[in-house]
Amino acid sequence: MSSIVRIPTPLRKLTSGAREISVNSETVGACIAQLEARFPGLGERLCDERGELRRFINVYVNGEDVRFLAGLATPLCPGDEVYIVPAMAGG
Amino acid sequence: MTYVKALRCRECGREYPQGPTHVCEFCFGPLEVAYDYQAIQRDISREAIAAGPGSIWRYQALLPVQRASQADLGAGWTPLIKANNLARALGLRELYLKNDCVNPTYSFKDRVVAVATAKALEFGFDTLACASTGNLAAAVSAQAAKAGLRAYVFIPADLEQGKIVGAAVYGATLVSVQGNYDQANRLASEVADRYGWAFVNINLRPYYAEGSKTLAFEVAEQLGWRVPDHVVVPIASGSLFTKIWKGWNELAEVGLLDGQRPRMTGAQAAGCSPVAAAFATGSWDIRPVKPWSIAKSLAIGNPADGHYALKVARESGGYIEMVQEQEIAQGVALLARTEGLFAETAAGVTVAALQQLATRGKIGCDEVTVAYITGNGLKTQEAIAEALAPALVVSPTLTSFEQALARQIPPSDRSREAGAKTHTRRESFQK
Repeated sequence: MSSIVRIPTPLRKLTSGAREISVNSETVGACIAQLEARFPGLGERLCDERGELRRFINVYVNGEDVRFLAGLATPLCPGDEVYIVPAMAGG
Repeated sequence: MTYVKALRCRECGREYPQGPTHVCEFCFGPLEVAYDYQAIQRDISREAIAAGPGSIWRYQALLPVQRASQADLGAGWTPLIKANNLARALGLRELYLKNDCVNPTYSFKDRVVAVATAKALEFGFDTLACASTGNLAAAVSAQAAKAGLRAYVFIPADLEQGKIVGAAVYGATLVSVQGNYDQANRLASEVADRYGWAFVNINLRPYYAEGSKTLAFEVAEQLGWRVPDHVVVPIASGSLFTKIWKGWNELAEVGLLDGQRPRMTGAQAAGCSPVAAAFATGSWDIRPVKPWSIAKSLAIGNPADGHYALKVARESGGYIEMVQEQEIAQGVALLARTEGLFAETAAGVTVAALQQLATRGKIGCDEVTVAYITGNGLKTQEAIAEALAPALVVSPTLTSFEQALARQIPPSDRSREAGAKTHTRRESFQK
């Protein structure tokens, strides 16, 4: 069983409209690399030249911000849900 | 007509036609409204503004909608109060308070929602929505009621009662999320992605945020088209702070001001201070936090505009101050007891920050300073109620009253107290 990545609207042009992508990756970083390999251009939307998550990108694993976990090294288990959210205004 | 040229990405500068969208498709950066300032300069004047309505719409040329919607609630053009008593208490010479407690739903959020609602109607939406720490929920709910739109507001479950009632009364569907604001906001963004609703702080964000500029416009006009030397603004997501800055810049851009800009200082509480923490360490990276502050309207642990707020504070020569949690209620009380203004916990943070700035010499005593008071105290009574137990409990007889009074005030002080203002409770609060 693989992990599910939920793709937000602004990125769906790159995934031919797909809302959810299944990946087999052990970490969030590997998951982004796998997405880039399948959908060229997606990786650079998410990460900067240094390979770090862009500051206005939020990535969640099962609802938790990866910046509270291990960042790109956050491990993924089968069945995990990865969600990508552009920054939002408040509140 | 409007003077909007396009939506423009703050990061890469790519432009997009106007629509209910907030993210650059290329770099994922936030989109912002770009205007034709030359055309605005040609058409705008101080006189034309003065002849306009007593609301945010007097600055329509610098807003992204043609006119107020039919359903407008009349947000804005709130009083600028010269706060002589508070100034004296803090050792400042000239201090003003922008009192946004008196907006239609008692916070500055009515400004942003007025713009977002006009835009939602223009785009043909039938449902207005938001994620909120409380004030936005009330503003969205009330505007939706007046505009005949359905409304869904996503709030953290632990909000103050006043904020829950103050949003629910207008008939919106309250979605109480078992989590903090950041979690409610993440859920809202997933919902926004799936349902075709006008989320004011998500897909309408570029327009919504523009409403905050009117807090700069009004202060400049109310000071006689003058820019203060220093302004102090509470920071949650950082959107208000950065848009007030955009406001000063635009006034200069269109020739209404000579280009002076104030020092911009932001205020956060210890229980949620990711922007202040980055400022203090000289960093440009905002590390998100899990909020525990009693200033719930500021409790955004992952502030979307935090990076830009840092930039504004540094560029303008201001600061991002962090105040202690126990200073928040004291700030609320100090404001109430010097200026007769009962404002919510966010104002407690702002006033405590003012006090800290004054004590540490970060505000020059000769600086003309404006503090933004963004929401009404009746919304957050829990935060201060405990410290305000009745001073005198009496049976309904004069004897009982006088006995109680005698216990409260030593006899030697009584005649003085009878003739002068009573400072007893203020002093006891500050201990």
